[in-house]
Amino acid sequence: MENALQVKDLCAWFGDHQVLKNITMDIRRNSVTSVMGPSGCGKSTFIRCLNRMHDLTPGFRVAGDVLFDGRNIYSEKIDPVLLRRKVGMVFQQPNPFPRMSAFENVAVGLKFNGKKRSRAEMAETVEKSLRMAALWDELKDHLGRPGSSLSGGQQQRLCIARALAVEPEVLLMDEPCSALDPMSTAKIEELIEDLSDKYTIVVVTHNMQQAGRISDYVAFFLLGDLIEMDKAAKIFTNPADKRTEEYITGRFG
Amino acid sequence: MRGDNPKDVLFEKATAVFAFGVLFLAVLLFALLVRESVPAIRKFGAAFLVTKTWDPVAENFGALPFIYGTLVSSFIALLIAVPLAVGSAIFINEFAPEWLKNPVSFLAELLAAIPSVIYGLWGIFVLVPVLRDLLMKPAAHYLGWIPLFKGPVYGPSMLAAGVLLSIMIIPFILSVSREVLATVPRLQKEAVLSLGGTHWEMIRIVIGQHCIPGIFGATVLGLGRALGETMAVTMVIGNRPEIFFSIFQPGYSMAAVIANEFTEATGQLYLSALVEIGLVLFLITFVANLAAKGILNTMVARAGRGL
Amino acid sequence: MESIAFRRRAADRVTRGLFALSAFVVILPLFLIFFDLLWKGARELKWTLLTDLPHPVGEPGGGIANGILGTLSIAGLAMAGGIPMAVMAGIYLAEYGRGKFASAVRFAVDTLTGVPSIIMGIFGYVLWVLPMKRFSAWAAAASLAMIFIPIVVRTTEEMLKTVPASVREAALALGIERWKTTLFITVRTATAGIVTGILLAMARIIGETAPLLFTALGNQFWQSGLDQPIAAIPLQVFNYAISPYDDWHDKAWAGALVLIGMVLAISGGARYFTRVRK
Repeated sequence: MENALQVKDLCAWFGDHQVLKNITMDIRRNSVTSVMGPSGCGKSTFIRCLNRMHDLTPGFRVAGDVLFDGRNIYSEKIDPVLLRRKVGMVFQQPNPFPRMSAFENVAVGLKFNGKKRSRAEMAETVEKSLRMAALWDELKDHLGRPGSSLSGGQQQRLCIARALAVEPEVLLMDEPCSALDPMSTAKIEELIEDLSDKYTIVVVTHNMQQAGRISDYVAFFLLGDLIEMDKAAKIFTNPADKRTEEYITGRFG
Repeated sequence: MRGDNPKDVLFEKATAVFAFGVLFLAVLLFALLVRESVPAIRKFGAAFLVTKTWDPVAENFGALPFIYGTLVSSFIALLIAVPLAVGSAIFINEFAPEWLKNPVSFLAELLAAIPSVIYGLWGIFVLVPVLRDLLMKPAAHYLGWIPLFKGPVYGPSMLAAGVLLSIMIIPFILSVSREVLATVPRLQKEAVLSLGGTHWEMIRIVIGQHCIPGIFGATVLGLGRALGETMAVTMVIGNRPEIFFSIFQPGYSMAAVIANEFTEATGQLYLSALVEIGLVLFLITFVANLAAKGILNTMVARAGRGL
Repeated sequence: MESIAFRRRAADRVTRGLFALSAFVVILPLFLIFFDLLWKGARELKWTLLTDLPHPVGEPGGGIANGILGTLSIAGLAMAGGIPMAVMAGIYLAEYGRGKFASAVRFAVDTLTGVPSIIMGIFGYVLWVLPMKRFSAWAAAASLAMIFIPIVVRTTEEMLKTVPASVREAALALGIERWKTTLFITVRTATAGIVTGILLAMARIIGETAPLLFTALGNQFWQSGLDQPIAAIPLQVFNYAISPYDDWHDKAWAGALVLIGMVLAISGGARYFTRVRK
């Protein structure tokens, strides 16, 4: 299938306040899709709908469909826990588990997702994940260090490795660089490009340059509406909607 | 749509069972106290609370001497503890140099860690002789015509219990007072200083406006502690079930009579009377703690609104 | 004008001095108590104190070994029952505790925290000693657990609430089930704080005397079972202190010194854990 995720008429509310209005979009497999827009446009809410992270938020509800592998993730039959193993997430603030070593941070998803693994298998997966997150060389001799003792950029890559270790198909990233310095940001961006060969990546960003550098597709949100979505080159050179153009040229937002 | 995984539900239910267990224990405690008090309540009714007689042989019981002793010794304790604790709180928060703040508050907290039986031990062998020889005897000699200070002086007394209790409750009043003082908005303090007020004037004004209810709450909290304190009081109050007006005379407290006589209580009515004293003590401390919490919560809520 | 300014400055100085003096008066008893404990307790502080049974009056030597064992047994029993209950209840309040039931539980915890310890002694007596018709370590442990549990419920709840939401989110996003997240991620993150709370509660119950008076009762010998009267250091200190014999008074001081040593060691351990957490 071409599309990893298909979103149809997705609406979302916090209490009485509607934050997403009839969003429909397809997210291509093994591509990087950026979700862009000014603060409060619903872009974070949107990607959190893609792995049901809002389930525990009191007063939150959704309508519409999100199809993953052709099945609606909001149907009764879907276990959100299993869904999240397929659709992983990286957050705005690096959030390694504070009382665990770097190794345990990466291994923790495997350890608790039910399947028994030998120590050797575990170590192998941790190494593979850290390599993919471009952290292995820096960290291979310090795997016992607490995750929280790493630098901000390393912590974020550790969180990426942690997400990759459970072997998801989709990786959701909610402004993964906004808490990082420019050097670390560059590393994460590079990493996103490398990972897009194997994974479907959805990145929320309010940084247009970043969206331009890393994305294959860009979706522009405004006040809970999806204004337009297209190939990145098209959005940045010749947007169809005037509001997109205004945002891109910096006239608002 | 909440994805109610059966194991998650099971775990939540399991923790809820234990939480219910804690609730159940509280109810059970109250129920057992009431159940065991019933014979005494039936026999003596409300008169139990206002009768002075305590005669195990004739099985005639009234709790007044113990209620009186508990209230008076606690009151003496507050009289000593509140000024000292509030004064120290002001010292630590407002005047003490930085290097002194932590050691002083650490030492004051350490007072709260000392077991009550050790206070009692120290009370018997150190505090009581000192109070007797240096304070009570001269005071009874010169001021004995005032009923409050009338002799004879034995040593173990209402005053000794009050003084010892005050040392024990100071750490609690102190730490709550510090929290109360810390809720005063900085701007308010600076406003007074900027008008040319001295540090003392600032404290007087600010405390007058903001902290009186909170300090009252801290006081009631200290009272709750003092009312139920057992070992230290038992060891220095003198354990005489009589009511003397003089604070140099011995007395008895509710907790102390339970501690001393429970294992000797042979008859069912005797035991029941002791449990009823426990029930009364439970209710008094319950009300005191509830009041303290109410006062302090209103205070915090007000501070939150910036008033 | 000048004299008013002088009076105000003088008032400032004097009150400043009074506040400092009150702080001094507050911590003075601490030094006096520790001085007396060391001074008077040292006389009887020998190895035999920790290894021997008490000797009868007039016979020199003897120790409080049975009391040490008894105190540890009672506290151990109280904690074995109290920790699972209190920690689970704390988890409930922190992770799921909204609504009326949770408020009722919190209210019960607050109430229990404020109950004088002597009343917990009555609880142990009525619950255990009356029906079993004998004083026992079990009854004493039940009394101490009533003091231990509310403290630990409260600290567990507070410590779990300090775990940032981002930690729970990260675990959920990895596809870890919620109960595993709570038990193996959230609780683990707060472990140091929870252990600190447990140790502080332990220090508190180890020094308790009143609840033991008519539950444990005390014992001159080694205990023969948990369903029998049992010795405890605080009881020994109390009985020695109110006895009319001078050599027993010395033993009271020595016992008190051992007791405060245990309490401070445990509180010190708690402080160590708190520091590790930071």
